[in-house]
Amino acid sequence: MKTYLRALIASVLLPAAAWAEVEIAVTYLQMQVPRPPVLSNLDPIPDDLGVAGGELALADNLTTAKFLGHKYNLSVTSVPEGGDWLTAARQALADSPFLILDAPAQAQLDVADLPEAANAILFNASASDLDVRDQNCRANLLHTLPSNMMRTDALVQFLVKRRWDELVMITGVHPGDQAFAQSLKRSLEKFRLELSAEKTWEFDADLRRNAAQEVPLFTQEFGDYDVLLIADELDDFSRYIEFNTWQARPVAGSDGLQPVTWSRVVEQWGAVQMQNRFTEQTGRSMMPKDYAAWAAYRTLGEAVTRTQSSDPTVLLDYILSDDFELAGFKGRAMNFRSWNGQLRQPIPLVTDRAVVAMAPLEGFLHQRTELDTLGLDEGESQCQAFRE
Amino acid sequence: MRLTALLAATALCAPAAADEMWISNEKDDTLSVIDIETLEVIRTIETGERPRGITFSKDFSVLYICASDSDAVQVMDPETGEILHDLPSGEDPEQFVLHPNDRHLYIANEDDAITTVVDTESRTVIAQIDVGIEPEGMAVSPDGKIAITTSETTNMAHWIDTETQELFANTLVDSRPRHAEFLKDGTELWVSSEIGGTITVFDVETQTEKAKIEFEVEGVHPDRVQPVGFELSNGDETAFVALGPSNHVAAVNAETYEVEDYILVGRRVWHMDFNADKSLLFTTNGVSGDVTVIDVAKREPIKTIKVGRFPWGAAFRPTN
Repeated sequence: MKTYLRALIASVLLPAAAWAEVEIAVTYLQMQVPRPPVLSNLDPIPDDLGVAGGELALADNLTTAKFLGHKYNLSVTSVPEGGDWLTAARQALADSPFLILDAPAQAQLDVADLPEAANAILFNASASDLDVRDQNCRANLLHTLPSNMMRTDALVQFLVKRRWDELVMITGVHPGDQAFAQSLKRSLEKFRLELSAEKTWEFDADLRRNAAQEVPLFTQEFGDYDVLLIADELDDFSRYIEFNTWQARPVAGSDGLQPVTWSRVVEQWGAVQMQNRFTEQTGRSMMPKDYAAWAAYRTLGEAVTRTQSSDPTVLLDYILSDDFELAGFKGRAMNFRSWNGQLRQPIPLVTDRAVVAMAPLEGFLHQRTELDTLGLDEGESQCQAFRE
Repeated sequence: MRLTALLAATALCAPAAADEMWISNEKDDTLSVIDIETLEVIRTIETGERPRGITFSKDFSVLYICASDSDAVQVMDPETGEILHDLPSGEDPEQFVLHPNDRHLYIANEDDAITTVVDTESRTVIAQIDVGIEPEGMAVSPDGKIAITTSETTNMAHWIDTETQELFANTLVDSRPRHAEFLKDGTELWVSSEIGGTITVFDVETQTEKAKIEFEVEGVHPDRVQPVGFELSNGDETAFVALGPSNHVAAVNAETYEVEDYILVGRRVWHMDFNADKSLLFTTNGVSGDVTVIDVAKREPIKTIKVGRFPWGAAFRPTN
């Protein structure tokens, strides 16, 4: 037995030695965009939001790497808004063709269009804009964060399923709120629902004191309805709406029942283990941007493990192929849409305390995969970059 | 006082009782004991937190329980239901396998990326082996020379030489490997991949892949066909494979690797075990909180038995 085993060890070590040149460096390139003031400071945005997800994926990848002789590292470059973003991007691309981008959509496109990025793989971990997945897509820019449309489609599927079809909406004035509201409307149309009324939230009163007086009056005009939708992606006023509405009705969207990329309440499908690892590493819960950054680096790690390559062209081909699959702790294998580089993924519908449902919901069918009932489908996407 | 009376009553009727199927209830912190003749739950026993893997010693005198959230492997007297002592287990033990020597437990520590080897007699840790992230599936070859740990996020089967307690091979499988078994006198190793939707068959001597088994349940999207636990019928002829949220168990011809049947069971089926002559198969159905009893010859479900919340592991205990 001993000699037998020794022979085995030799045969296993040999290929490992041959793989040893695979070395993956990733830069997390971040633009620091200050958050506009909001009514409550109860939930500060963690300083390491996003980066921490990349770090967890690094640790995950390194564990696999040690059995294969691969190497990974992660460096972080943070540029203040108005700083020299493109110089920072060029420097990062000189070091490595693999970037995780945490910046507004336009800033990401600027990086993708650099000549230095022609053969790079860039991951969008922060921008939910539909546009960069549609007419403004880029063949070197993959999206691990779901689009707004994937999230709003998820929520509307739930409304359809529950037959809650009398809907009203309050929208904030921030561009992110407007984009989310637009997306909600598009999803409602897609699933043949519509809003019966819509109002814009423009108050500058301090709702911590006045919510009980302001909100009932503000919502009284809506009359009766099933669900109040809120588009407040900045998280400014929405926390003060629930239980203050004129009608006793649930809220959904940016508060109440929320369609999210990730939440601490996701615990099935082995998610508890990832949540535990993350909390042990950071002392906090994993948030959507953390998840998107994690998925980005794990996507790369998975492709490297399976292809034994560090060549971005080989890796991108594999990532966009049918063979690729990422186990993302949301109950289904995840892979990328070949027409626009979006990571397909289930969307949990959550409250602060529990997962209410997981979209795609049962009964929403699709000829390819039910996951494609969420977000831009092949036929409607105007993205050409991936078809060339 | 009342408890003592109950215990006495249980102890008294034990010798005449039928064989039992023991089920761990992950979210109830209990075990449900099913009488195999009446197919009813006859006892519910409290355990540590989040019990998952369970296995009996070779003589069935003690039950080992992975109490994951208590960070312990508990050792229970199955007659009295009393916890005799805890074994040092490393953090978050999820699943384990008892070596043929009836002494060494190989434990997957899910949160720590470690396989812990515990001597159940001296109650000491004799080795800790670094493996991939979220180790889960555990198996030992019939000759006891090789132990296997599969790691869910690293997507590998790690091959451990039980003499040196060191890894001698690491082989990639599809996403989220969950369970491993040696077949055919230890010449084949099967590893199920939950997200990949496959079972990889390895030739043990060379640790190379020799076949891949795929599943297709009519009317269920392939994403939801997620192989987890599996067990072999007499003579390793048929493998019964739990397919998770597809709510089916597949019967696979272990010679041809072809799937012959799909049997409808409860929701999100995890693990399973047979009765003494392997005529009945008991599956744990995590989401529906019940156990499906399958007639192995007919390949039909014959009864559903309500147990605790999120039943996970199953272990057979003969009483005669």
